[in-house]
Amino acid sequence: MGNKKTTALSGAVLAGVMLALSACGGGGGGATGEVAAPPADPKEVSGEIKVLTQRTDLVQNGTLRRYAAEFNKTYPKVKVTFDGITDYEGEVKIRMNTREYGDVLFIPGAVAKNDYPTFFAPLGTTAELSKYRFSDKTEVDGKVYGIAQFGTANGFVYNKRLWERAGVTAWPKTTEEFLAGLEAVKEKTGATPYYTNFKDGWPLVQWTNNLGVVGCDAQAGNALAGAVSPWKPGSELNATDGLLYEIVKRGLSEKDPTTTNWETSKALLGEGRIATMMLGSWSITQMQDAAKRAGGSADDIGFMPFPVQKDGKHCAALVSDYQQAVSVHSHNKPAARAWVDWFTEKSGFAEKEGVVSAVKSAPMPATLKDFVDNDVTFFDRSEAKTAAVNDIDEAAEIGLNKQDYRQKLIDTARGVAKGSLDDFFADLDKRWDEAAKTAGS
Amino acid sequence: MTQTTDTAPEGPAMTGRSSTDEKTGTGHGRPRPPGRRRGPTTARARSWRDAPLRRITPWLFLAVPLALLITFTYVPVASMISYSFTDWDGVSPRRENVGFDNYVRIFTRPELFRVFFVSGYYLAASVVQIVVALYFAVILSFNLRFRNFFKGILFFPYLINGVAIGFVFLYFFQDGGTLDSVLAWLGVSTDHPWLGDPTSANVSLAGVSVWRFTGLNFVLFLGAIQSIPGELYEAAELDGAGKWKQFRHIIAPSIKPVISLSVILAISGSLSVFEIPYIMTGGATGTQTFVIQTVKLAFQFNKTGLASAAAVVLLLIILLVTWIQRRLVPDDKVDLV
Repeated sequence: MGNKKTTALSGAVLAGVMLALSACGGGGGGATGEVAAPPADPKEVSGEIKVLTQRTDLVQNGTLRRYAAEFNKTYPKVKVTFDGITDYEGEVKIRMNTREYGDVLFIPGAVAKNDYPTFFAPLGTTAELSKYRFSDKTEVDGKVYGIAQFGTANGFVYNKRLWERAGVTAWPKTTEEFLAGLEAVKEKTGATPYYTNFKDGWPLVQWTNNLGVVGCDAQAGNALAGAVSPWKPGSELNATDGLLYEIVKRGLSEKDPTTTNWETSKALLGEGRIATMMLGSWSITQMQDAAKRAGGSADDIGFMPFPVQKDGKHCAALVSDYQQAVSVHSHNKPAARAWVDWFTEKSGFAEKEGVVSAVKSAPMPATLKDFVDNDVTFFDRSEAKTAAVNDIDEAAEIGLNKQDYRQKLIDTARGVAKGSLDDFFADLDKRWDEAAKTAGS
Repeated sequence: MTQTTDTAPEGPAMTGRSSTDEKTGTGHGRPRPPGRRRGPTTARARSWRDAPLRRITPWLFLAVPLALLITFTYVPVASMISYSFTDWDGVSPRRENVGFDNYVRIFTRPELFRVFFVSGYYLAASVVQIVVALYFAVILSFNLRFRNFFKGILFFPYLINGVAIGFVFLYFFQDGGTLDSVLAWLGVSTDHPWLGDPTSANVSLAGVSVWRFTGLNFVLFLGAIQSIPGELYEAAELDGAGKWKQFRHIIAPSIKPVISLSVILAISGSLSVFEIPYIMTGGATGTQTFVIQTVKLAFQFNKTGLASAAAVVLLLIILLVTWIQRRLVPDDKVDLV
């Protein structure tokens, strides 16, 4: 009997809620344009800043707190708190619809470059920040919005003892030599020559970071901005993805890729049951720890450049990790900026983690000693056109920085997905080129 | 409707509103008699003051669930529908109204609907699931030793968090994992990567889904079966009906509404499978479902507008399928006696 009233009332409530909702929509703008300049006097700058980070491990084991204590020696009046977020990309993206997303944060991949000024305070002009690597990645209209936390070189992390037992002591110079090396590892040691980490997926994304190694070309990333068929024969992606395909096709990767486990894989590489993985140089210290835990030594872990040479020399791409930015809504911008500068330059974080400092003048870390000794050419891959490339990538739904298309590549190589490698590359090219035409506008 | 069906799970669901109204009515009536004893004036004053209160009482009870329902279901759905008409990327403060563009895009890309083939595996699995659940519900409705123990065992998987189940079964299916070891004890040694190719992976995942949801169907069926009065069985037994005939002519007809509910849940569930494949394979190796695809559109490719439209389309498809089903199999009244 009361049913009609019920629906009428709940209808009214619903309508009211929807009205309120549409009023809320639109998101918050902010005072944009104010530069988060470094403070003039470290003793005077004060305030509380919150730093968002994806390194929950460093928050929990107190490492970051120790950095903050060190920071307070120079900046005594600034209080630093950390917020470790496991699903960093997913959560921060949602938080950014509010005004509360910390004072210092890493720029999530989902934020379009043109939106940087609405979310982040500019840190200075391009010229002012030219001492940092990768600053072109966050440059919008001559202003830089983020400073890389650090950079990494890309290559294959490998278990030296296994490769030595297989009779390979010099770095392979061609992909064929590399495949022959894996083949030898398989025959002579019985270890898994290459581990894809297919299930966790993100290690497959590391392959994209090789962009440019074949031609030693710092502009390789920018060259993708347009209908350029990135996987055409002779291209960078054709060479790197082609190598991954061959590794899997020749049975040189793990038996069941669908149930791989990243944490286990570290131990397996340390123990010598996995010979090789494609990763950034950030992984070297972790693998060394794993080797020590397994009773070996840190020297068991080696790092080799991508097996191609240009003019008789290997090349390695340096790519930036997350870029640190200051929120446009921060009330303590000078303090936040002080933290960013201090963490990048003075904290010693990059050396400790064995990664490449974002400061151009800093020396290469000890983990890359082999690269330096063997005259590997490093190049900072330019990120000037990353925004345009990402637009095309998203429109095409390929995901250069996502695992999906490489998982399909591996499935194709294993023969569980239909089609040949050529068809697969042709399809990617077609989608990329079509998307480039529409996304360019 | 007879008393029998009134107590069946479907009964309260259908008549829920009137029965609770009655209950709140009588509930309020009960404290009144002592008040009436004190004197007629107070009684009249009370009832006068009670009237608006009594009218508002059900709403007070409903306030919390309604608030939760509106906040966490209707508001998100309303905003999802509004996003589906925009080109929002999920972060940008700018979003433009693009009208029905997203819907046009979805319906002009047939490959987006190809993932529904994967739902076929889950649909087949839910047939198995309903049959198995019905079988156990019937068996355990008879007097058996340890029946409560078995009931617990069957229902237990449904109580476990879906994410935990995903991880447990990842170990179960991995190379040299639980399944391989058990098979080895039985003398079967396969070198089969269970999640390794599309058919095997989808069958394995659908199997996990059967394991997880059989308990729910089982409890629904068992509840319905237990509400059948015992006299009917006794009478049937006196007439010489065996267990099969009892099932065929007593149990099956009286739980028909619950079965048809289960079928609706099974179909809509198969169309919107998400948790188990997302955690176990992430949609790789041909296990992508429509919901996983939608999540990827929204969170990998930042096409929140398009993904919202895809979600709305899925909602409409499920409503349509349910409607067709209700038209084909009308929910007729059960009359046992």
